Amino acid sequence: MEFFHGVNIDWMGKAKYFVTLSLILLAVGWVSIYKRVVADHGTLYGIDFRGGTLVYVRFGGKPPIDQIRKGLQQAGLANSTIQGISDSRSVGSQNDVVIGLEQKQNDESLDAGKQKILDVLHSTFGTSNAGKPDFNSVTPSDLAALLTQKDPLLLGPTAADRYTQLANRLIAARDTQHSGIVSNFDELKNVDGATSPVIATLQNNFSLSNFAIRDAEIVGPKVGSQLRRQAFLATLYALGGMLIYIAFRFEWVYGAAAVIAVFHDVLITLGFFSLFHYEISLTVIAALLTLVGYSMNDTIVIFDRVRENLRIMRRESLTEIVNKSINQTLSRTILTSGLTFLTVLVLYLLGGEVLRAFSFAMVVGVVVGTYSSFGIAAPIVVVWNKYHGGRGVAVRVGSAAEKRVPAVARR
Amino acid sequence: MNSQLKWKFVLIAAAILLCIYGVIGLPAFPTSGAQIKQNLADRIKLGLDLKGGSHLVLQVQVEEAIGQRCDQTIDLLTRQLHDKHIGFGEIRRVDDTHILVRNVDPATSADFRDLINSQLTDWTTSPAAGENNGYLLTLKPSVIANLRTQTMDQSLETITRRINGLGLTEPTIAFTGRGDDEILVQLPGEGDPTRAKSVIQAGGQLALTLVADDQTYPSQSAALAAHGGVLPQGTEIVPGKSDTGSASDQSQVYYILDRAPIVTGQDLVGATPQPSTDYPGQFEINFHLSTAAAARFGPFTETNIGKRMAIVLDHKVYTAPTIRGRIEDNGQITGNFSEDQAKDLALVLRAGALPASIKYLEERTVGPSLGADSIREGVRASVGSLIVVMIFLVIYYRLSGVNAVVALLLNLLILVAFMAFAGAVLTLPGIAGVVLTIGMGVDSNVLVFERIREELRNGKLPAPSVDVGFDRAFRTIIDTHITTLVSAAFLFLFGTGPVKGFAVTLTIGLIANLFTSIYVSRVIFDYHLSKMDRQAQLSI
Repeated sequence: MEFFHGVNIDWMGKAKYFVTLSLILLAVGWVSIYKRVVADHGTLYGIDFRGGTLVYVRFGGKPPIDQIRKGLQQAGLANSTIQGISDSRSVGSQNDVVIGLEQKQNDESLDAGKQKILDVLHSTFGTSNAGKPDFNSVTPSDLAALLTQKDPLLLGPTAADRYTQLANRLIAARDTQHSGIVSNFDELKNVDGATSPVIATLQNNFSLSNFAIRDAEIVGPKVGSQLRRQAFLATLYALGGMLIYIAFRFEWVYGAAAVIAVFHDVLITLGFFSLFHYEISLTVIAALLTLVGYSMNDTIVIFDRVRENLRIMRRESLTEIVNKSINQTLSRTILTSGLTFLTVLVLYLLGGEVLRAFSFAMVVGVVVGTYSSFGIAAPIVVVWNKYHGGRGVAVRVGSAAEKRVPAVARR
Repeated sequence: MNSQLKWKFVLIAAAILLCIYGVIGLPAFPTSGAQIKQNLADRIKLGLDLKGGSHLVLQVQVEEAIGQRCDQTIDLLTRQLHDKHIGFGEIRRVDDTHILVRNVDPATSADFRDLINSQLTDWTTSPAAGENNGYLLTLKPSVIANLRTQTMDQSLETITRRINGLGLTEPTIAFTGRGDDEILVQLPGEGDPTRAKSVIQAGGQLALTLVADDQTYPSQSAALAAHGGVLPQGTEIVPGKSDTGSASDQSQVYYILDRAPIVTGQDLVGATPQPSTDYPGQFEINFHLSTAAAARFGPFTETNIGKRMAIVLDHKVYTAPTIRGRIEDNGQITGNFSEDQAKDLALVLRAGALPASIKYLEERTVGPSLGADSIREGVRASVGSLIVVMIFLVIYYRLSGVNAVVALLLNLLILVAFMAFAGAVLTLPGIAGVVLTIGMGVDSNVLVFERIREELRNGKLPAPSVDVGFDRAFRTIIDTHITTLVSAAFLFLFGTGPVKGFAVTLTIGLIANLFTSIYVSRVIFDYHLSKMDRQAQLSI
């Protein structure tokens, strides 16, 4: 089986369209970024980079958003945000709500906001069995301690291990079979070892609220800006390192072109991110780094072919050589990028809410990264050499085998 | 099969066995299915974002420890100057690292300099600008640096002891990136860090101090007024709870105590919670003193029978009982504690005091259910897409596609095994690294195969085509891999937590990929070529 054999496309002839397309994408994306960073006070950044409090809550049924909002307003948290996660692909997540709060410099302690949110939830949605701990937010270790203390199975004081295992099974049943919320203790009867005395003990010592805290993140404002700076610097250094290596292996203009192309990919992906209202978090930074890797890989494959063709094709112009190199590698480019695109698309569609922003960045990044190799990086090399009258000879002696090939004179 | 090829096979087989052993055979050799499962769970550590748990970043207020050193020096200097009859106007603290001594009597200035040079070796002295006979003492930078490391080391040790006392599973306590004053605490599986946080943050500075004035006062100014505005030499005002003994009376009062404690937290050898005998339903902490401290404490209590002794915790008086007889080596702290409070306080006292207070910078809690969801969905999606990719490779490249699939699977096996050997932690960004690795693995195979196809199209025979294909693609693969490795190295050096995790899996994955897509894949081709007719068609 074989696709794309013997194509002959004048890529460099279309370079100006590519560059125009890129400029349009950049402009649209960055207007959106500007709007979100400046006009909406940095909503582009996720909690990691902005600082603040996020509490993920899952409800037993449809989340009563109005009630939550009223409760938060009464507690003086009018500036909090409430967001539903409408993700039909993930079981139970349609009942999830994210409550967000900006971090204030003068908060007495880091988790003051979180405590207030929890208080509001408990007072608004607390159950009649109040005062007892909530089974839907108990941790395995606390449950194990309680079971060991009450000893419903009459195993004696040395049975801590067995109760720990039982507690783990009960919590696992709560979190997997009932997606985090148990509404009646009888639902746990099919858990191995959960006999009626155990259920009775649970009933007597726990309340059941119809919500559970799934996740809470608090990042201090200072940490946020530090993390932002550090991630930015690490990426910048990594780009610098790649520039030097490519400059060493090829010629410096190749390195510069590759890095500019990768930079272009990151900027465009960020723009799409902003347009589709995703937030930039540390995980997204990992996605951006991944896309940097892909895009760079793609560019080097083409450059490598250019380097090889420069040696074989003595008569042709650089434009012809670059076109030919892109066409020769087109089959592999489409195959690799297509497969990668498929992978991240599956991840985006089925990978769950945690991976959503990450895989979105990858879906956009793979397309942009592939495109930039022939649409941005290659034209830069061609144009630069045109203005400097060179043929862009990139014979750097790399291996012993290459040494035997007489080096072509420069310019 | 020629012998060279045979040895290559042996090498590959050895690598595969080693990797399989790394994945399922550590730490104990598996004898049952359950043991294999256990080994897997032990060695492939999942990060908090995948497993659930609490992640805290805290900052040690190192400046406090430096400021304390400054205060202690001022105390010492004041006493010494008095003892040596050196006249001076005033000793003033300028900031955490500077002390100003004004108007030193010129007649004794030589003595003053001697004193500084012999006793305060941590400080440098210079004439203070704009002062007559004034001296500015500056804490030496090397001493400050020392103090910083000491404070951080001691904080880490103390926090570690405290967390270990809580009996949680596999906590991580380590220094962390940004700045040199931060500590990371990770508590896997702990969905609610409230208790751990309060235990970490408790100061835990215990002092048993003689009460200088049996009266208690409703305010600081009242305490001062009772002494005509000047406190007796060597005393200080400390707030505390009212000592009427009833639990309902929680009003704040002020005590006047000796500055120098008789016993401090460092003299403790044990602290245990126990039900209170005096106040039923309440708990108290029973503490034991070291032999050396008991030798001091016994005679001291004997000579001070009838006086009151304050039990001060974190600069707050908890009780101030009257000494009724000689006390040797134990005592109680009462203070209307619940059982849990008493337990945690005893733990804090056993673990020792923090050298400086701490502040939380970051707190993340991932509920175990969210962690479980993300693993399930992420793994399902990854495996699904991997299978699709492999099926496509086999359809597109036929038998050679099978070769690529073998290389990819082996790549993943090596990656997992390396992580198991190194005890690396798999996080979400780590999975990103795996995704990139798989992508580049597929790419390496595609590069080679496309090159072989090109050579075949040019009319070469299978064997030389494979030869040239690998040769040509080799250079490309090396360049792409090294470029990415260079960037991974920078990310590892300059990145923090998640970025580092990405760099680690990526590095391992890429090195594994070089081995599988260039070496292993080649060996399989060579074996296939050695079996088939020179003129036969290559299945690619």
